[in-house]
Amino acid sequence: MKILVPIKRVADPDNANKVKVSGDGTQVTSEGLEWKMNPFDEWSLEAALRLTEDGAKKTRTGEVVLVTIGPKDAAQTVRTGLSMGAERGILVEANDQELDSNMVAQILKAIVDKEKPDLVVMGKQTVDGDSNVAGTVLAELLGWPLANYAMSLATDDDGKTLTVKRELDTGVSTIKVTGPAVITTSDRILKPESVKNGVTPADFKYPEAEGGRYASLKGIMAAKKKPIDEVTAASLGATPQKTLSYLKFELPAARSGQTTFVESVEELVQKLKSDAKVL
Amino acid sequence: MATYLFETEEHKTLRAQARKFAAAEVLPHAHTWEEAGIFPRELYRTMAEAGLLGIGYPEDCGGQGGDLSHVLVAAEELVLAGKSVGTCVGLGSHGIALPPIVKFGTKAQKERYVKPVLRGELVSALGITEAGGGSDVAAVRTRAVRDGDHYVVNGSKTFITSGTRADFVTTAVRTGGEGHGGISLLVIDANTPGFRVAKKLDKMGWWASDTAELAFEDCRVPKENLIGAENAGFLMIMMNFVSERLMLAGQCVAIAELALRETIAYAREREAFGKTLNGFQVTRHKLAEMETRIAAARALTHESVTRFLAGDGDPALAAMAKNTATDMCSYVCDQAVQLHGGYGYMREYPVERLYRDARLYPLGGGTREIMNEIIAKTRRY
Ligand SMILES: Cc1cc2nc3c(=O)[nH]c(=O)nc-3n(C[C@H](O)[C@H](O)[C@H](O)COP(=O)(O)OP(=O)(O)OC[C@H]3O[C@@H](n4cnc5c(N)ncnc54)[C@H](O)[C@@H]3O)c2cc1C
Repeated sequence: MKILVPIKRVADPDNANKVKVSGDGTQVTSEGLEWKMNPFDEWSLEAALRLTEDGAKKTRTGEVVLVTIGPKDAAQTVRTGLSMGAERGILVEANDQELDSNMVAQILKAIVDKEKPDLVVMGKQTVDGDSNVAGTVLAELLGWPLANYAMSLATDDDGKTLTVKRELDTGVSTIKVTGPAVITTSDRILKPESVKNGVTPADFKYPEAEGGRYASLKGIMAAKKKPIDEVTAASLGATPQKTLSYLKFELPAARSGQTTFVESVEELVQKLKSDAKVL
Repeated sequence: MATYLFETEEHKTLRAQARKFAAAEVLPHAHTWEEAGIFPRELYRTMAEAGLLGIGYPEDCGGQGGDLSHVLVAAEELVLAGKSVGTCVGLGSHGIALPPIVKFGTKAQKERYVKPVLRGELVSALGITEAGGGSDVAAVRTRAVRDGDHYVVNGSKTFITSGTRADFVTTAVRTGGEGHGGISLLVIDANTPGFRVAKKLDKMGWWASDTAELAFEDCRVPKENLIGAENAGFLMIMMNFVSERLMLAGQCVAIAELALRETIAYAREREAFGKTLNGFQVTRHKLAEMETRIAAARALTHESVTRFLAGDGDPALAAMAKNTATDMCSYVCDQAVQLHGGYGYMREYPVERLYRDARLYPLGGGTREIMNEIIAKTRRY
């Protein structure tokens, strides 16, 4: 199985250098920021790696191709994904500020046309823009089925069909999807038994984790030799047009940090009405 | 944050992985484990699964590859993000117990001892120090007498890191006459009849790391467990000390860096006389002094490690790096407590713990005085 996993680097929220807005409010500035892989993408990458390996023997059985759209130094994020186990990477050179979800989907379509993967497994959103759009638009452009918010994946006997459990606000929806398809994942995909691929023993359990797998030093060293192809949207024959433009960015008001203690439920309700004004 | 000059993109990725591991697996339990004086044994396995236990060991021994530079960087992030020095050094006792086996051991010894430790299945310890004396390694008194296919071991060891639950101990024993020419290294399994954990020792710092007194009474150890040649142990021990001292210097840099971070954060929050502590020039200068000393120790550690990796393992330089780093660390942790005021003396603040942890470094792995002795001897002043 060949899986395309789009990944994006985002500002590391744990880093001391917080996100800043430029003086004129037209953009979010990235100077001095530390980058990390968008956590949603890390989950998808984990799902894709599990689909293409024997988890018990720790051997690869398929191919995971990473693609990122961004400046040249975003290659570092691709390298991290390669260290985790993906086979190779593609970097589509672009300036973050000049992209919108629609353009991302169009560029990804051009990559899919070229790479012809069996699946695209991607994060449902990024933690910076939080749009939750690119995967859906990509499926639409490709005319492929879409399985959003996957919390578990299991391949059927033919290997082409997947049973997908989708995590929705209203409950769990179980569907069957025949590839090629676009899948976005939820964090439950990281559960020890959430991915079954017919190769990894059915009773195998992955370690309980909050994110994707660790890149071992061995993996980090091996990743140095894995290829990352650098391309441009134009070289892929894509001419995406920007349809969304941002007018102004503002940082949310700083929290006061003020804490109010109440004696009773009545007082709480009253305070929620009068002070917090949320009721 | 300042990093070592030898670091590449690869070290940067490794840092991120170690940070992620420590934040998820150590930090939430740091205080509890330190107070309990132990961390769960399963953590060795978790760390091995994460690919962080075998750093610096060759792949044919079950390691992850890499060298001392990778070991230092991963350990630094474990300290910075995990905030439990005890846990970190307990997890790391293989760093002193295994290298003699890796360098001088047989294939069978590597299969039996090195690989399972790096898989997180066995716990290892190094046993050199005895109650009668630690600095004078050549005076080791624990005896191993050959009897057929076995050595019969009698004696005791003390201050042994991970000693209470080690599955085996790389042990310095006397197989020959007096002095350094009569010492051998023997791997002793903890399940050998006559092997006993005599005592779990209570310490000033490093609480989450268990430290033990071990006793050997007529322990019959197969002769296959001898590392390298008989009576050739002293040199192996001295070689082991060089890398250990560089690891200890690296830990000091990491601990001081953590103490500095905690203190900067505290100084920005805490108010006195109507402004935050960092509003006083004297506080800012104190922080500047702390960071300057860290930078100097990091630079010397960097130089020693770089030379060591290039095959120029000058024991004097490693000793200088250790002394510089340990003194720096004691200073920085002391200042960190001072800037925290009374809170710095309270157990719930990490700097209180770091202050106690820091005190070990001028003692363990060879004392400050012994470091000076090594420098003086090497240079023949
Ligand atoms: C927490 C902890 C963990 C440890 N872990 C281990 C371990 O895993 N394995 C292990 O084998 N050991 C371990 N040690 C032991 C450690 O290496 C020794 O404590 C150290 O080498 C000093 O030996 P000593 O305690 O016997 O002190 P001594 O040798 O008795 O020294 C006492 C004092 O005399 C000074 N002194 C000694 N000789 C000279 C001299 N020639 N010139 C000037 N001054 C001198 C020393 O510097 C020191 O100040 C550990 C110790 C601690 C505290």
